[in-house]
Amino acid sequence: MPHVVFTDNIQRHVACPPSTVGGGTVREVLDEVFSTNERARGYVLDEHGAVRKHMIVFINGAMIRDRQSLSDPVLPDAEVYVMQALSGG
Amino acid sequence: MSDRLLAATRKGLFLIERTGRKSVPWEITRTSFLAEHVIITLPDRRDGSIYASLYHGHFGSKLHRSTDQGNTWIEIAVPTYPKQPEGEVQKDMWGRTIEWKLDRIWALEAGGRDEPGVLWCGTLPGGLFKSTDHGSSWSLVEALWNDPRRMEWMGGGADLPGIHSVCVDPRDSRRVTIGVSCGGVWVTNDGGATWNCQADGIWSAYTPPEQKENPNVQDVHRVVQCQSNPDALWAQHHNGIFRSTDRCASWQDVSHLKSLSPTSFGFAVAVHPGEANTAWFVPGVKDEHRLPADGKVVVARTRDGGATYDILRNGLPQDHAYDLTYRHGLDIDESGDRLAFGSTTGSLWVTEDQGDSWQTVSQHLPPIYCVRFV
Repeated sequence: MPHVVFTDNIQRHVACPPSTVGGGTVREVLDEVFSTNERARGYVLDEHGAVRKHMIVFINGAMIRDRQSLSDPVLPDAEVYVMQALSGG
Repeated sequence: MSDRLLAATRKGLFLIERTGRKSVPWEITRTSFLAEHVIITLPDRRDGSIYASLYHGHFGSKLHRSTDQGNTWIEIAVPTYPKQPEGEVQKDMWGRTIEWKLDRIWALEAGGRDEPGVLWCGTLPGGLFKSTDHGSSWSLVEALWNDPRRMEWMGGGADLPGIHSVCVDPRDSRRVTIGVSCGGVWVTNDGGATWNCQADGIWSAYTPPEQKENPNVQDVHRVVQCQSNPDALWAQHHNGIFRSTDRCASWQDVSHLKSLSPTSFGFAVAVHPGEANTAWFVPGVKDEHRLPADGKVVVARTRDGGATYDILRNGLPQDHAYDLTYRHGLDIDESGDRLAFGSTTGSLWVTEDQGDSWQTVSQHLPPIYCVRFV
């Protein structure tokens, strides 16, 4: 099952411990994480479910392509890494 | 008479109290959200709660509420925009796309005394939101957002247009006046169901002549309403000071550049709660400079509805001072005797005699965005 890790910078606002969840796309994976941590959703995604302008999501070190619908596939043994961009903010 | 005030800054929210323990009786007694960008704070006099709007940059805008005077906080909902209709693209006057997304919160005000829990929130890119449950949820005021005249609005200090002022008429909470940069002054008499742009008489020096008197493009920096005479409103505009005595049906230019020397440019305005003709401003050299004239921080005060102005400087720095006061950086308490203002260079001053003399609370705070008496 995909392993999800969040940047340290988000932790001082909302606790986001590493987790192992189900899902075959970025959307499904993050939805499962946020299902038990709803407050974190708004820190990573905007009100329409897109990745915030200055946030980035990686799958096994590669940046996702679909920041709007989060449709990039996630393999069962993948690591999903959520971090802030170095620009902005 | 208020003995407490809040300063929202680039690096946290500070509570300042009149303890009387030191030579300057006002001192910082509590710090909240240290290191965070606190744009706006609202002490809700109806129930004692305090709201703070944080802008995290990467993580977006957030709202927090305290019911114990800032000792503890809980994060509450932020306004969210609805999905834009499929295929529809909105552009501002510059041709830039306006996304239906919360950029940041720029105004936060309590509803009327007869409306416990009602809050109004102005945002960039120009949406006005209302909450009826202490900020647990928000609704976009659709009549204003969907008004086609909104497409004339443009950014002022920011790229996007924004609502920075919300005035709720103490006689009738359904009457709400808002200020928009840049979009003039808008008024609803029915709680937000219908709106009119009411900035007739306000003029711009910075637009083509054909747009000079267009009420809907005016860069009103701040609008305030007199509590005892709500027909009286004051506006600090990009190129002058304007006053209305008929609840925004008309506005008069009361800049009087000579008597208001050194300048009529500024962002902040405060009106005395009991004397509609008395108002205060923090002037600066106009837009391309945004500095106190000659390095001297002053406050302008009128007691006669803008016919004449006193320039107040007792206790304020008069040598190489480069403090600028933003639009939410000046406040007045309910007595009308105490005012406070903060600056971009972290200075905070308080007066207890309507501005005749000022006390320096701090010269070392982070850049101050918003000052409000509790």
